[in-house]
Amino acid sequence: MTEQQTHGRNVSREFLEDRAKFIRLETVRLTRIAGAGHYSSTFSAAELLAALYYAQMRINPAEPDWPERDRFVLSKGHIAIGLYPVLADLGFYDADLLEDYTRLGSAFGDHPDMKKITGVDFSSGSLGHGLSVALGMALSARMQGNDSRIYCMLGDGELNEGQVWEAAMSAGHFGCQNLVAIVDRNRLCIDGSTEEIMSVEPLTDRFASFGWNVQRIDGHDLDAIMAAFDALPSGNKGKPQMIIADTVKGRGVQMMEMSLNWHVGNLVGADYDAVIEEIQRGLQPVTVTEVRP
Amino acid sequence: MSEAEGDVLSGLFTGISDLKESRSVKGTPASRLPAFILGEELADLADHDPRIVVLTADLASANRTTEFRDRHPERFFDFGIAEKNMITAAAGMASCGQIPFTATFAAFCGILGAEQIRTDCAYTGLPVRVLGHHSGMSMGFYGTSHHALEDLAMMRTIANLTVICTTDANHLRAVLRASLKHDKPMYIRLGRGRDPEVYAEVPEIEIGKAIRLREGRDLTLITTGAQVHACLEAADALAEQGIETRVVDMHTIKPLDEAEVRTAASETGAILTVEEHNIIGGLGSAVAEVLVDCERLPFRRHGIDDEFVLIGPPAGLYAHYRLDAPGVRDVALELLEKR
Repeated sequence: MTEQQTHGRNVSREFLEDRAKFIRLETVRLTRIAGAGHYSSTFSAAELLAALYYAQMRINPAEPDWPERDRFVLSKGHIAIGLYPVLADLGFYDADLLEDYTRLGSAFGDHPDMKKITGVDFSSGSLGHGLSVALGMALSARMQGNDSRIYCMLGDGELNEGQVWEAAMSAGHFGCQNLVAIVDRNRLCIDGSTEEIMSVEPLTDRFASFGWNVQRIDGHDLDAIMAAFDALPSGNKGKPQMIIADTVKGRGVQMMEMSLNWHVGNLVGADYDAVIEEIQRGLQPVTVTEVRP
Repeated sequence: MSEAEGDVLSGLFTGISDLKESRSVKGTPASRLPAFILGEELADLADHDPRIVVLTADLASANRTTEFRDRHPERFFDFGIAEKNMITAAAGMASCGQIPFTATFAAFCGILGAEQIRTDCAYTGLPVRVLGHHSGMSMGFYGTSHHALEDLAMMRTIANLTVICTTDANHLRAVLRASLKHDKPMYIRLGRGRDPEVYAEVPEIEIGKAIRLREGRDLTLITTGAQVHACLEAADALAEQGIETRVVDMHTIKPLDEAEVRTAASETGAILTVEEHNIIGGLGSAVAEVLVDCERLPFRRHGIDDEFVLIGPPAGLYAHYRLDAPGVRDVALELLEKR
């Protein structure tokens, strides 16, 4: 992987599809080491992560602390299992380190630790903090006169946290156009659908009323994701940028799609092999649209 | 309004210029009180250090970071009444190479923002400086919601966090200056801002090293923050009764100067801790943890005895809870009677 000096870079849709597949496969493989893992929230974000890291963000794995890099705050820190293989693949560290995923003394736990893992821009895990972190980074980039973008990925259940709205309000107030938030709108939290447990809609109107520019896209359509990235304005003073990505929790593994059962799980025996095979076939049409146990 | 009974926030919200002219606290002119130098000192430091940024939560006029705002507007952010967002955003800034100072009431950072301090500042090891002013019961009649008598206990249990109490204006300057060379996140506790002068000059301080302000062989008062002044007065009163009292300004609560505690135990034989904090978890507990390893000696933790305090003017509260000089003297005498 060579360094990437600009926002956005030409890679094929096929390449990104392959990398999303890689994220899902690695999630399944690493979960087996731990004996439990966040499959379905990672699967809903696989295309978004692939597009961000392989096509969009301005980063240089050879110089991970490059001050003018774009930064990524994984506010939904429980999908670190999908981020770790990407960082290894890009050359931030040796992929062999992941063989010790979650083992005693490993740097790699269920939630990411910036002090232990090269390429992780901020530690996360306690939901509701990430947008505030990204806001601080965006203000710093502006003060320092560099044109970095700060990307922040949030879960939709996470939007229940009050601090998210403190951050949303202040990002609009401070006019952080260099802040790009992405909500992985996979519609499920742990206890049920987000609308049943604590409704978050209408999301577009809510963020727009806080002073954000909002795009709403299909979060599994890589062309739509890249088009949303291409539509982001340059400059660091203006409206903060929100991309609400409608996704399917568990996408890519039929038995997990829209299932409450697989927020945390562990595939064993023949199921493991069958899921690997299913992921390798690539995304098939969605068959389940309603929440199921 | 008398000096002692003045509005707890006087000099902070209203009548500032008038106060500078006419008010003093125990002989310390208003211009040399912490409330009047915080913004100025931060602005002075920022003149020479581009990393410094200041964040507040709708209290710039109360903590006088307005002076910083006026001199460095591009590095000043008022987050409104949203302390959690402010502390976490400060951590984001620190991760980009800046040194953020956040300033608000201790109740709304050391208590309300405790998780943000722990998870976003301490766990990440980022050099955020959380300034908690109006700590303890110094908000007086504003009530329990605005008191912070638990913050030291909460902050002290957070790994990787340095916890410091400031004594007076000159000590505050020394702590702010020292913070620029300190690589860990810090919780810096300030009093009401009208704390009388203990240090005539900006002291040479070392984070983690106590300052022995008075020698004595009969008793040691180990104290911190605004109580240092009261303890020095109490030591004078005790001397009149023939009791030679050592006074230690234990400004750094964590890491604690354990050697100074042990020395006090072996050389003076009795220790009284004095703090404007619940006796559970604060300075007294920290000292007790050291003394557990020492020989048995008369020891008592003096502070707020695990209760929410009464409503009242600060001076009245200090007297009621025996945290003024006569009160400390009396508690010291009670302790020595047991010897």
